[in-house]
Amino acid sequence: MRVKVFGLLAALLLAAGCTEPAKQDTTVDTGGQTTAPTDSGTAGPSIVPGSQEDLVVNVGDRVFFDFDKSDLRPDAIETLNRQASWMKTNASVMVNVEGHADERGTREYNLALGDRRASSAKQYLQSMGVAGSRMETISYGKERPAVLGSNEAAWAQNRRAVMVVKGAAS
Amino acid sequence: MTAFLSNRAAIPRLPVACLAGLLLLLVAAGGARAELRIDITHGNIDPLPVAITDFYSADPATIQAGRDISAVIAADLERSGLFAPIDARAFIQTPESLQARPRFSDWRVINAQALVSGNVRFESDGRLRFEFRLWDVFAEQQMAGFAYMTPYTNWRRVAHIVADAIYKRITGEEGYFDSRIVYIAESGEHTRRVKRLAIMDQDGANHKFLTDGSALVLTPRFSPSRQEITYLSYFNDKPRVYLFDINTGRQEMLGTFEGMTFAPRFSPDGNTVVMSYAKDGNSDIWMMDLRTRIARQVTFDPAIDTSPSYSPDGQRIVFNSDRGGTQQLYVMDVDGRNVQRISFGQGRYATPVWSPRGDLIAFTKFHGGRFFIGVMRPDGSAERLLTESFLDEAPTWSPNGRVLVFFRQTPTEKSGKGGITKLYSVDLTGYNLREVKTPTDASDPAWSPLNR
Repeated sequence: MRVKVFGLLAALLLAAGCTEPAKQDTTVDTGGQTTAPTDSGTAGPSIVPGSQEDLVVNVGDRVFFDFDKSDLRPDAIETLNRQASWMKTNASVMVNVEGHADERGTREYNLALGDRRASSAKQYLQSMGVAGSRMETISYGKERPAVLGSNEAAWAQNRRAVMVVKGAAS
Repeated sequence: MTAFLSNRAAIPRLPVACLAGLLLLLVAAGGARAELRIDITHGNIDPLPVAITDFYSADPATIQAGRDISAVIAADLERSGLFAPIDARAFIQTPESLQARPRFSDWRVINAQALVSGNVRFESDGRLRFEFRLWDVFAEQQMAGFAYMTPYTNWRRVAHIVADAIYKRITGEEGYFDSRIVYIAESGEHTRRVKRLAIMDQDGANHKFLTDGSALVLTPRFSPSRQEITYLSYFNDKPRVYLFDINTGRQEMLGTFEGMTFAPRFSPDGNTVVMSYAKDGNSDIWMMDLRTRIARQVTFDPAIDTSPSYSPDGQRIVFNSDRGGTQQLYVMDVDGRNVQRISFGQGRYATPVWSPRGDLIAFTKFHGGRFFIGVMRPDGSAERLLTESFLDEAPTWSPNGRVLVFFRQTPTEKSGKGGITKLYSVDLTGYNLREVKTPTDASDPAWSPLNR
């Protein structure tokens, strides 16, 4: 049951990720530019506030990192600021913050790096007033790439921290 | 023939590996001659031509077993890169007439330097009885000879034990064929890869999936003392170190850590698991005593500390840390003192694994967009790179410290094509690179100790 929900979310996130071709040289805005997943029809009125879809479409669910780094870039700070406001607006929402790495690293180190990235995002959100108890971190290292391809454009999208609404049955 | 069975020894501690009933008769191995010998410390040697004959059987019921045993022995020796089994179609003397005594001239003429003969039959109690002998063709002497009795189902193990005996007699080093490899079997899309624990004999036989793929599992490692594996599982979306009992299939979470535990390895005595524990974005090295279940923190550094591996004497640990800015290899005492950086070459170093012989540390290196498997001495000197590709990772040592198995991944295309991940073996000299065949894609190999 839980696995199923998670799978659904993964599909949703993947769809969101794929709508953004390689443009990470400039600021990546994961917010308003993403389109809603195709299966949900037209975006807008049907989006439930506080849902994963709401987060993906209206806020931006993910922030990106440089190679082997966990520092928050300016574009990440912008997204995290929106996430912090969204968390305050939707005060009952609990989330996981997933940390990920690209494939160019060893598995165990990348697990630690993913953990560092997730914590980096979580700690910033906490500093913006979101209760730490509402956010749990999990690292997937290089196990769950969002974008396929052994190239810089794909790697840049895979070095990420993603906010995922817990128990989202959207 | 009459002087053949001159002394006996029993294989110790057999029940552990379900081999109850196997009987070993140690046989005269001739004098202390060492004329026929492979020095395996040098690379690129010419493989030794060896004639491995079918084990002879007068009973139709065991003819096939005799052929199969011979084939497994030949495949083991061939894969080592040190032996070149000669095509049986060139053989002049028949297995039957070999039972009396080799006609050495028949074997010299086909350029065999070593000859393996044997026979197999059912005992009255239903067990198989094998005999094998190793001959030095030029010295016209027997180099080794053994007899075994075992249930029929154990015939492959006996073949590996024979191959180990041949390897040891000719190279002077312990063999490694009677061993297994645990690894991660991969399938499905790369964005949501299904990963399962799997185990097989080192030659790929007796393959078995140990988990069903419902939970992501990574980085299995064998216990040196029990039929047990430690590994990372994402069961219930909580990445934690687990123990897996190979005989019962029982899985058990190790400890009650609040955050992710990962990168586990056993101590050489099997009583401790050393691993990383990630807390608030910082990974340090911890140890858990498996008898008391008490955990102890070993490193206290704001950097990433991971991939710990014990020295075979259990006194030191090599690990991976980015405390100096990028990933490098460090050695420390088991109490966390005397931390010393040992890698100073260009690039990033990771996944250090101490050789069971203690003389070398194998590692993964990342430099200039390429990955390498290499070895260095425990003091960091004498670095040698053995392999290179887009992604080579995670070396594991054969029980005798002569061969490394690792995994290699090809680049992935945008369409999802590629990303093929397979196990490979390479000799410590850097020669004899070979794929280790697996039913699906494969990663994170870990070699077992010799079966016992």
